[in-house]
Order: sequence, then C-alpha cells, then structure tokens
Amino acid sequence: MTDLRDKTARDRLAELIDEVTATPARIAVLFPAVARAVARGPADPDDPDGLRTPRVEDTARVALLRAAAQGWDRASLVREVTALYRHGDADEKRAVLRALDHLDLADAALDLVGDALRGNDTRLIAAALGPYAARHLDAHGWRHGVLKCLFTGVPLAAVSGIAERGDAELARLVEGFAAERRAAGRDVPDDASWLLDRLDKEN
Amino acid sequence: MRIFDPHIHMTSRTTDDYEAMYAAGVRAVTEPAFWLGQPRTSAASFYDYFDSLVGWERFRAERFGIRHHCTIALNPKEANDPRCAGVLDVLPRYLAKDGVVAVGEVGFDSMTAAEEKAFARQLELAAEHDLPVLVHTPHRDKVEGTRRSLELVAASGLPPERVLIDHLNEVTVDLVADSDCWLGFSIYPDTKMDEHRMVRILADHGLDRMIVNSAADWGRSDPLKTAKTGRAMREAGFSEDDVDRLLWRNPVEFYGQSGRLLLDPVDADQAATFEGNSVLRGQRPE
Repeated sequence: MTDLRDKTARDRLAELIDEVTATPARIAVLFPAVARAVARGPADPDDPDGLRTPRVEDTARVALLRAAAQGWDRASLVREVTALYRHGDADEKRAVLRALDHLDLADAALDLVGDALRGNDTRLIAAALGPYAARHLDAHGWRHGVLKCLFTGVPLAAVSGIAERGDAELARLVEGFAAERRAAGRDVPDDASWLLDRLDKEN
Repeated sequence: MRIFDPHIHMTSRTTDDYEAMYAAGVRAVTEPAFWLGQPRTSAASFYDYFDSLVGWERFRAERFGIRHHCTIALNPKEANDPRCAGVLDVLPRYLAKDGVVAVGEVGFDSMTAAEEKAFARQLELAAEHDLPVLVHTPHRDKVEGTRRSLELVAASGLPPERVLIDHLNEVTVDLVADSDCWLGFSIYPDTKMDEHRMVRILADHGLDRMIVNSAADWGRSDPLKTAKTGRAMREAGFSEDDVDRLLWRNPVEFYGQSGRLLLDPVDADQAATFEGNSVLRGQRPE
C-alpha cells in the first residue's frame, strides 16, 4: 500500500486536482479512477474498512471533489455530487458521503444520506453519519441512524454529534433495543451501554 | 487446469455453478454487460445492472474463490430502443472503474443503423478510456455481421490486437484470422460451437490470439464448457501447456491490456457481507 505521505502519490493527486480545477466535469471519470491512480488502503490498520478514519483513497477523493466544486454553482454541485453517488461503486459512494460536509450544499444532499442509511453496508452507514448528518439530518432520521449503528455493529465512535444531538428520545430507543437484547438472552453491545450511561447523565 | 472464463454471465447463474466452476479449475472470469433475456425499458435499468456487475456479483464470485471482472457497454439488441439511448452518455463513469477490463459487448444484432451508430460511438469510447473491446457477432446473417464489424473496427483506428471478435465458428474464423483481431469461440451444448469442433479449429489455426469461453447465461448453456474443451484438447494430443495457454494465458494477455485485472488469489471468506447481505442466508456471523 502507498499512502498520501508518499511523494509519488501526492504528485499524482496534485495532477488530478489540476485537471479537475481546469475542467470540473472531468471528475466523472477521474473520481472512480482515484484508488488506482493515486493510492488505496486503510489509514488506520485497526480500521480496515475506514469506519472511523477515512481510508487513503477516501481522503484523496474528497480532495478531488473539493477542487472540482470550486468551479460549480450550487445547482451544478448538487447535480454532480448526486451523479457521483448514483453511479459510484461502494468505495465511491463512501467518499461522496465523507465529502458532503466539506461542500457548500446546505441540506440539498440529504437524499444521499437517506439512501446510505436505508442500506446495510456498514461502511456507508458510518460515512453517512458524519458532520453533515449531524448538522442537517432531522432528529427522527438521525436517531434512527444511531440505532442502526447499534444493530449493524458500526462503532459509535464513527458518529458525529452525539454530544450535541443525543436526547431523551434517543435514550428511549436505545433502552428499548437493550431490553430486547436482554429478553432474548443476548449481550447488550458495549456501545449501547455507554450511550445510555452518557444520555442518563445528561438528561 | 487453471481457467479464466473470458465471457460468462454469472448474474444468471447459481451458487452451485460457482462451486462447480471452482472445482473444475476456474479462478477468474469476465462478465460482459449484455441483455437479460427480457428487454429493459429505461437507462436507469442499465445503471442498476452495471452497479451489480461492479459490486454485488464481484463480491459473490469472491466468496467462491473466483475473481470477477466485467465489461461495460450498451449491447446491440437494446441499442435499437430509443428509451435506452441515454446510457451512452453515462458509460464513461463506468468505464473508469477498477475491474472494468473492456468495452463490450458491442456489435450487431439485426444490422440496423442504430446498432451501427452505438457500435461506432463505443469504439471511440474504448480509445478514450484506453480499454480493449469485446465484439459480439450476430446469430443471424453472421458472416455479413462479422465482415461489417471488422470494417468498423478498422475505420476506428483501434489496434486490432485490442479487439476480440466473439462467437465465431467455422464460417467466420478465417475472416477474423486475417484481421489480426483476437478470435473468440463460445462453446455451447447445442448451438454456436461444441468442444470437438473447437479442437479441430485449433488444430487447423493454432493457438495464437485464440480465446474460448462458455458464454453461459440464462439460456441452455454450460459454465464448465471451458474445462470440457481443455479435456477434449488433451484427448486430441494437445499438451498441458497448450491447454494452459488457451484457457488462462491468452485471456489474461487480452484483458491484461486494460491494466485493470484483479488476479491475486481470493481469500474466500464466506462470512463476509456485501451491503449487509451475506450469500449465506440466515447464517450471519455474530
């Protein structure tokens, strides 16, 4: 694996950034090619799927999308970000979700967050619940996203905004989940217990 | 015997097939984008199909120890439906992806103007994306369709060694052999070619630029026809090395021109999930 500390990888990324800065529409074909053109692999070896820490290719794709975004108005940006997600494979979708909070989108990309949270791909769920969702997703959708993390095993360390958005209703949902687990004779995940303790102290 | 099946529609096949293919020596495949037996009615239907070729099917194959690649294109049959024409504008997004090893299947079905236009445009896309091309030759009027396909390839300026003309038989083999394109043969239970006729063609023409595939799909077909061709070759006196060349090294050489083959051995982990769905239904890892 190479990473972005590698000079060759950085140089290749800089070339791609120059290319989309000159012609933003080129991102349609450069964004999918990033892993092979620049670098790929986990930034944190203990987090191979990049749930908590973006993988190397995620970081490179975010940089590329931010550069292209300089050349678009809001409407064009929304259209192209949506297309990159719609036609992306799972790696590309994850990078789009990671980029949302770095782009001037207001709440126009919430459909992409909703799409990711409807699926069961843990890599996409984790990326969907970053700062963008913490800022823009409605309370009901955000709480259910957190609950889905507990169901699917996404570590809550991947979720942004728990301190700000955790509330009594989230505590009720998590308590219900924990009660079902106990009734079934199954363990309550550590993250659920941690969250309940924390919400209990706050409320 | 190690086998690369360079043309097989695994989307239509079962996990039993994957297991039998692995047992027969198949370690890698290419799945060309084609039609599904029932016509699509919109471009969006293609996008979901392409997504499965670069996503779910690749994941599913790896669970059985097989590397899965694909080719992407608007196929000739559906090039005739104006409701699907928008696909051409979106193809570049898919032609840029890892594991996409050619533009295909392009070519002719009924020899219409719409088919020719889509074919020519996709030859341009192959040049733009530095990808080889997989050309389907038609069931009806095959000789004329093959001849016209070769004319379009020549007019495109693509190097012939980056083009594979598929579904050939005794009456079209010489046309393509003279063109320097690669020659593909689909071995079927009762149409196209069978393995014994194939061996006779190999005896006459040699192994240069020769490709054999099962083209197995949703119709009556056999995903083990590559292995059966290898056995028929051995019975006819070809060496193990000849078989390896035809069934592994030749397809690797052709698709390797894309620079996007994924041939490191698979760590087949049946417990892994794709978008939360394991192929082991109801046996999800705790």
